[in-house]
Amino acid sequence: MAQTKFIKKESLSAWLEELGQAHTVLAPRFEGDSIIFRPYDSEKGVFIDREATAPPKKAIFPQSETLLEYSQIKDMENLTKIAIDVKETIPTTTYVVFGGRPCDARGFTMFDRVYLDGDQVDVYYKARRENTCFITLTCEKGETTCFCNAVGSGPSDPDGSDLLITPVTDGYYIECVSTKGEGLLASSLLTDGSSMEGEATKYKQAADASMNEAPDFTGSPEKLLAVFDNGPFWEEMSDKCISCGACTYLCPTCYCFNITDEANGLKGTRIRSWDNCMSSMFTSEASGHNPRPAKANRLKNRVGHKFSYYPDIHGGVISCCGCGRCIKSCPVGVDIREMVKSAIAFVDPTAKEVPAEEPKAAPTEKPAPKETSVKAENTSAKAKKNKKSKKPASKKKGAK
Amino acid sequence: MTSNPYLPAMATIQEVIEETPTIKTFRVTLNNPQIKKDFNFGPGQVGQLSAFGIGEATFVINSPPTRMDYLQFSVMKTGEVTSMLHTLSAGDQIGVRAPLGNAFPYEDMKGKDIVFVGGGIGMAPLRTLLLFMLDNRKDYGKITLLYGARSPVDMAFSYELPEWLERDDLDTHLTIDAEFEGWEHNVGLIPNVLLDINPSPENCVAVTCGPPIMIKFTVQALAKLGFKDEQIYTTLEKRMKCGIGICGRCNIGTSYVCQDGPVYTYAQLKELPNEM
Ligand SMILES: Cc1cc2nc3c(=O)[nH]c(=O)nc-3n(C[C@H](O)[C@H](O)[C@H](O)COP(=O)(O)OP(=O)(O)OC[C@H]3O[C@@H](n4cnc5c(N)ncnc54)[C@H](O)[C@@H]3O)c2cc1C
Ligand code: SF4
Ligand code: SF4
Ligand code: FES
Repeated sequence: MAQTKFIKKESLSAWLEELGQAHTVLAPRFEGDSIIFRPYDSEKGVFIDREATAPPKKAIFPQSETLLEYSQIKDMENLTKIAIDVKETIPTTTYVVFGGRPCDARGFTMFDRVYLDGDQVDVYYKARRENTCFITLTCEKGETTCFCNAVGSGPSDPDGSDLLITPVTDGYYIECVSTKGEGLLASSLLTDGSSMEGEATKYKQAADASMNEAPDFTGSPEKLLAVFDNGPFWEEMSDKCISCGACTYLCPTCYCFNITDEANGLKGTRIRSWDNCMSSMFTSEASGHNPRPAKANRLKNRVGHKFSYYPDIHGGVISCCGCGRCIKSCPVGVDIREMVKSAIAFVDPTAKEVPAEEPKAAPTEKPAPKETSVKAENTSAKAKKNKKSKKPASKKKGAK
Repeated sequence: MTSNPYLPAMATIQEVIEETPTIKTFRVTLNNPQIKKDFNFGPGQVGQLSAFGIGEATFVINSPPTRMDYLQFSVMKTGEVTSMLHTLSAGDQIGVRAPLGNAFPYEDMKGKDIVFVGGGIGMAPLRTLLLFMLDNRKDYGKITLLYGARSPVDMAFSYELPEWLERDDLDTHLTIDAEFEGWEHNVGLIPNVLLDINPSPENCVAVTCGPPIMIKFTVQALAKLGFKDEQIYTTLEKRMKCGIGICGRCNIGTSYVCQDGPVYTYAQLKELPNEM
């Protein structure tokens, strides 16, 4: 039985201070009109009553991070000869992210399959992932833009978190979700939580019940492929889009990056930074050819990746966690739910009928038996990944 | 490769060959003896070359794995990294992340006739496989090479062509787009010359690479000759960054060109979403 604890509301800041002695604690607070994760500052407090404007993606995937440092060393005997010394810069800071939501933590599980479980391990991501703990807050109720319940998650989904905290009378009920989480429970501010379990369960049920009816994304992988070549459909979907990229930068599951060098005399760094597939530069090739020349091509890839390609590669898991940030933050009101639903409806106008095949992503279930269903997803994703044999030319795409 | 897939191995440029006004070939050796000893690759695999301070760019290793004295990359000048690489000379240091991507299925090709059709810098990925096959000559049937460029000065690997033309176990055809003084080979577009050569598709595979427009018409010509989509191999040149299937740059639907490619059969490409 997983450990449970209780902390009084008024002890919360003391606990964060304590955690701050060994780790950098990131917590959401207001900055201007936005709620942003910042290093915890007891004077400025935390604001956890609403989903933060930007997810805590930076904790593990900084907007810009140094991969390598190099220096060119001139040979004094022969000045035309230059040796180059290259050092990797693996991050070591440990973080605690406090007050993110289940969708925020789940976002990193989408990264994990790509950054950790592939043929090559991303050592920078791995170091940060291992050095970061998530103390996630159960949501009180869904917002109109929330649809985590449509992508196999829910307002108290512990997937990707280390501790899950749920508001109860005078404080928070704390559930330990991972071994990493156990390491945060030593504080004398925490007391046994078992008597609070019933109240926490009621809170979670009320949160589940508050959610909008989940949009039905059943069949999105095939349906999005079926509508791939329909130019007018995607032109209509992307008509309003201004290619600003806000949707990608604010998305907890968008993981694309660029690698660039910055030179400073004889020294320099190789850095990686968030990239944005909505930009026309993203795929433009040296020849001038661009496989995604129009915003319609690019939006199609963004939606396609999350609701078709990723699920196809990773055992049916939709790589959108339903946080709704892209919907809230899009300056022109592009709504990813509507695009996927339109694609589904477009190819198959009878999509409302009970589908003949099993839904791939277990999408509409309430998240109650989460542990097991997530494990099942993970194993099948692995199995599929392994099928992608290394000897490629003889292999067909995916394993459909 | 090291356990950090982003960390290039340092290498020393041994020789630079000026192939054409825009293409230079670099022969490099890895500095670390252990990395050098452990290094192996299949024909068709690529590497990311580092021009420190500018960045990385992708090039096919165009020397064959049967000749490991050096790794050879031929670089066409098109932008920032390639321009910087063109300033380097013998003795200079360079970073190499390799091998990346897949290789031509040279095992499956054993016992078959092979037709190579290369255009311009597209000859680079064919060269590694061609030399690999010549070094294992008895494993393969009749080998035909058709190599075309705009004009004789645009032809890379010109110093090797006399030997290739000479060999009687290799049927070499060269072509340029328009008449040129002193040119004694074919004149005409690659797909047309290919139709004239008229190779039989029987127990044969075709391997083609070049500018997109040339590939398009070459594939049409091959189809006319009776080649099936499964018998036609090509390599794609999507923009790449990480080269290891993570950065999200190079996908065509579910296929990541840096990992699942760059080598594909035409049949495989047809299965992917139409986004070349
Ligand atoms: C698998 C693979 C194998 C390859 N093998 C080889 C090889 O063996 N030899 C070889 O020479 N090349 C090869 N290439 C191509 C090579 O990688 C590119 O030419 C190289 O990356 C260009 O880098 P750069 O920094 O010089 O160009 P950049 O400075 O990055 O210039 C290219 C970028 O600048 C912009 N740009 C530049 N020119 C234009 C234009 N005309 N119109 C619009 N935008 C433009 C675009 O954003 C483009 O992405 C290969 C590519 C791949 C993917
Ligand atoms: S696609 Fe939109 S709703 Fe889905 S995880 Fe990203 S920002 Fe949230
Ligand atoms: S936020 Fe909206 S307008 Fe901006 S790129 Fe995304 S979909 Fe387009
Ligand atoms: S180049 Fe990064 S995913 Fe292919």
